[in-house]
Amino acid sequence: MATNRMNDVTDLALTNSAAVAADTASRATILRRMRGRDIIFRALTRGAALGVLLVLGGVIIALIAGSLPALRTFGLSFLVDESWNPVTEKFGALAPIYGTLVTSFIAMAIAVPVGLLIAMFLTELCPMWLRRPIGIAIELLAGIPSIIYGIWGLFVFAPFLQRTLQPFLIEIFGPMPLLSTLFGGPPYGIGVLTAGLILAIMVLPFITSISRDVFEAVPPVLKEAAFGLGCTTWEVMRKVVLPYARVGVIGGVMLGLGRALGETMAVTFVIGNAHRISGSILAPGTTISATIANEFTEAVGDLYTSALITLGLILFIITFIVLAIARYLLMRIERRVG
Amino acid sequence: MANLYAARRRRNVIATGLSIGATLFGLGWLVLILGVLLWKGFSGLSLQVFTEMTPPPGADGGLLNPIIGSLIMTVLAVLIGTPIGILAGTYLAEYGRHDKLSSVVRFINDILLSAPSIVIGLFVYEIMVFPMGHFSGFAGAVSLALIVIPVVVRTTEDMLTLVDNPLREAAFALGLPRAYVIRHVCYRAARAGMLTGVLLSVARISGETAPLLFTALNNQFWSLNLNAPIASLPTVIFQFALSPYEDWQKLAWTGALIITLAVLALSVGARMLVAQRKQS
Repeated sequence: MATNRMNDVTDLALTNSAAVAADTASRATILRRMRGRDIIFRALTRGAALGVLLVLGGVIIALIAGSLPALRTFGLSFLVDESWNPVTEKFGALAPIYGTLVTSFIAMAIAVPVGLLIAMFLTELCPMWLRRPIGIAIELLAGIPSIIYGIWGLFVFAPFLQRTLQPFLIEIFGPMPLLSTLFGGPPYGIGVLTAGLILAIMVLPFITSISRDVFEAVPPVLKEAAFGLGCTTWEVMRKVVLPYARVGVIGGVMLGLGRALGETMAVTFVIGNAHRISGSILAPGTTISATIANEFTEAVGDLYTSALITLGLILFIITFIVLAIARYLLMRIERRVG
Repeated sequence: MANLYAARRRRNVIATGLSIGATLFGLGWLVLILGVLLWKGFSGLSLQVFTEMTPPPGADGGLLNPIIGSLIMTVLAVLIGTPIGILAGTYLAEYGRHDKLSSVVRFINDILLSAPSIVIGLFVYEIMVFPMGHFSGFAGAVSLALIVIPVVVRTTEDMLTLVDNPLREAAFALGLPRAYVIRHVCYRAARAGMLTGVLLSVARISGETAPLLFTALNNQFWSLNLNAPIASLPTVIFQFALSPYEDWQKLAWTGALIITLAVLALSVGARMLVAQRKQS
């Protein structure tokens, strides 16, 4: 590699006859041309960098512009209204917002502990030769497109839950107050719980790989000192690694949350798309992204479309805040590591 | 004392067991999903899938038009997104490594990297589909390009940052202008990494469905017209999987298998490129 590059540079000096000619006047023009190109290239790259900002600005402006009709009609009560009736053109975002939050909550409640435990296995317990294959496998899980999770969830996972987990939950929690509402109703298969579980599988790799990276960034001296004091692996994890890596782990969790909130296809397949808020997590529901995916192309009338775009705006604002916090925390970690 | 030791040891054994269990749990899903996909997808895989159009319910057919549609839009998206992404990444790594603009762009880019793709679809609908008055393959390609850009920006910047400074200094010492150094020295040194970024972005967009739903829409028929709705593999899977017809569902599984194999091949390829780089 290195010798190649050297050759290119010498070639340039030799073949660039004008440079060899060393005529002052032509050298000046060549220098000017080079300078001109330099300025143009710099401007191009700077323009592209600004373009990234422009995309973000464009997304925000377009979403706000598109949601104005709905916001004008419904005002802020759009956020707390549960009704969603395309016939009477009465729209409220509460049911999708509720569904988005609940499914994401279920997903995080499962994926965070499991992800952290896998990261612990990968950094502390796993034999060296197994680390890479397992790491790759976890990343493959992250690479599977969301529509695959969707079709798998609809045809395999939901029927499986309907036969096994859901009747079990209903039977166990049926006699208990409160919990009987939470796990009430018939086992549909599809529904809020199923969507949450699929989201958990989908965000698991993100949380795992970021936690693993921040765990690995913990200075070995700290861990060795704790082991030297006679700490068990679990105690080292719990009392040394986790406190040290806390900020990074929270960053990773927020990143996973951002994914879960905005995930569309996998959820659309299994949530059931029902615009109501049910006390039971076994019942069908909807999320912001599933509502948009399901209804946007069929939306008739400006108000309907606008209501859906407003949902998109709400989703964008929520995920933007979550992701911004995640990035801020992860940036702090990176700065500390070097 | 002995009690305390026993309790600590017990806790450690439990935690270790849970940790191993969690890993098996995580890997189990991968095996389950890929297993079902291979089993259900392979049974429908035949030459017909690649040579015939999507059928009406109850008839035989293949997935030729969505495959071609997906390929066209992916290529177009990469053609639009890659240059912009590489230029922006170049600015972040070379010209403005430490300036204010770069840190803002870096931050925003990282957010766009994981922003919900359905919002990108809404955006492109607002700026292209609505003004033009109809769905189109162009709009689909643009929305995919908007997903390509952050991926390429990120990898380009990372890879250019990895290029050793002495290389740049040597080139500068020869009196080469900066643009020349970047294009002929830095790009060359970072080539494999930048290609990896492009491959990863292709892997990312080839399974994207949400932004295509209301930009490219779908098309039951053979169409290469980019100014009209065009079929794509993910949207066809979406439509077929949710249909009540068994042969459509079967085709959806086959399509899902094709997409997954393509995505996995792309990410393995990207990984091998990086591995090669590390060796040399």
